[in-house]
Amino acid sequence: MRYTLSIRRRRILQSMLALGGSAALPLHAAPTSLLTHRIPSSDETVPVVGLGSWITFNVGNDPAGRAECAAVMREFFAAGGRMIDSSPMYGSAQDVIGAGLQKIGRPARLFSADKVWTSSDGLAQVADSRRKWGVPRFDLLQVHNLLSWEKHLRMLFAMKAAGQLRYVGITTSEGRRHGDILKIMASHPIDFVQVTYNAVDREVEQRILPLARERRIAVIANRPFRQGDLTDALRRHALPPWAKDIGCTSWAQVLLKFIVSHPDVTCAIPATSKVAHVRENMMAGTGPMPDAAFRNRISAHVARLL
Amino acid sequence: MSEWSTYALADLLMFSARTYYRLIELYNLAIWPLHLLAAAAGLLMVLCALRGDRGRVAAVVLGLCWLWVAWAFHAERYATINSAAQYFAAGFAIQGGLLIFAGRLSPARDPVGIGLLLLALLGYPLLALIGGRPWQQAEMFGIAPDPTVAVTLVLLAFCARAHWALWPVPLLWSAITGATLWTMHVRDAWVLPLLALLALLQLIRRTRPRRGQGY
Repeated sequence: MRYTLSIRRRRILQSMLALGGSAALPLHAAPTSLLTHRIPSSDETVPVVGLGSWITFNVGNDPAGRAECAAVMREFFAAGGRMIDSSPMYGSAQDVIGAGLQKIGRPARLFSADKVWTSSDGLAQVADSRRKWGVPRFDLLQVHNLLSWEKHLRMLFAMKAAGQLRYVGITTSEGRRHGDILKIMASHPIDFVQVTYNAVDREVEQRILPLARERRIAVIANRPFRQGDLTDALRRHALPPWAKDIGCTSWAQVLLKFIVSHPDVTCAIPATSKVAHVRENMMAGTGPMPDAAFRNRISAHVARLL
Repeated sequence: MSEWSTYALADLLMFSARTYYRLIELYNLAIWPLHLLAAAAGLLMVLCALRGDRGRVAAVVLGLCWLWVAWAFHAERYATINSAAQYFAAGFAIQGGLLIFAGRLSPARDPVGIGLLLLALLGYPLLALIGGRPWQQAEMFGIAPDPTVAVTLVLLAFCARAHWALWPVPLLWSAITGATLWTMHVRDAWVLPLLALLALLQLIRRTRPRRGQGY
């Protein structure tokens, strides 16, 4: 069975042009085939595969763990990655990211995404996060799990207006508070929404993704592997022959391509502490992408195997 | 319905098993050779406890171990990867204070109790090897929280007059550590919760009036 790839090819060509015009890279040049998606509110492009930091980057003061995280970041940027996502809730992850960025020479292509997660002083928390990352300003700040969202959204919009922030967003995970997410998306000029989306958690396809398209809101998909549960469960099953049709050599790539091929998803943020895995994940942003019918086939197949 | 009820244990986990045991490994390396002192303290505590008339000394030694774990492990190290560790440090410090200022540990010379005590004291470090972890990640009484709690629970279970206030913190920690290790798929996650359950059963057996005894 063949699948239509012409739109994807056009996007790949657009991405190549966009990358060709980007600023000089401190690391070696990114693979030009890495697919990028546009942030609807600005038309800036970001690669469809980002880097999460939940659990994997919370290694405390372990020098070996920190070195591994820095190596993961180096590989991520070398493969053309841009967006790294973290939160004050992730233990030492922000410190580890900051130290890693320092170690690999602060790549200019970094798209820094962090969150506000406090019921008290949001500004103080943002300043603390910025200090830990070692960045002059964040590209994206999101209200984490909608905690005190009214207060924090006001603050983030004021920061954006003052030029201290480029994009404003909100997050949730595991399908929580989707009603509130929809209300905020419909009533506030946010740039990003971050939700859980993967081959088996598809609830957002019903209302959140269509509303994101309508309101021109970028979508970040978290928990692409359900915190490793999906890849762990699928590991004992052979990769189906049709995986080759979308250029996949691993289950992780199949799962990631399912997500990033959705036209309303801007990027996925898989987390890992292994260089081999980040390399494998980044490859999911290249090559042929599944269309809607193929995506349904992936989802049904994965659901049968779980 | 509270939003908290929608969270699974895995949603609250902040770190991997690898990171947790690396933390213990680096802690062991940093404080060596204090392990020898901890072993001596454990032996002294058991001897004092079994003598019967040195129950206060046993409680003070055990309390000092709890204080050390509160500061050196929870506050200084675990807090770097777990934002709840500051509360664990407070709980361990309270338990240490209770033992030092009001504790008396004079357990009955029950062979099962003595066996369990030695197992908790000497056998706990072996769990690392049994679980396939390197010996540098071994957890030892007076150094790491789990074996310290294990020894405390056995002592309390076989003490006829241990104050009820000494029970909550060890029981609570058994549940917390069991849930944490289980969520991280650690094979020996069941050890401390099982020991806590056995200790509670022993407490119930000890305090229940025997059949045939009148009031």
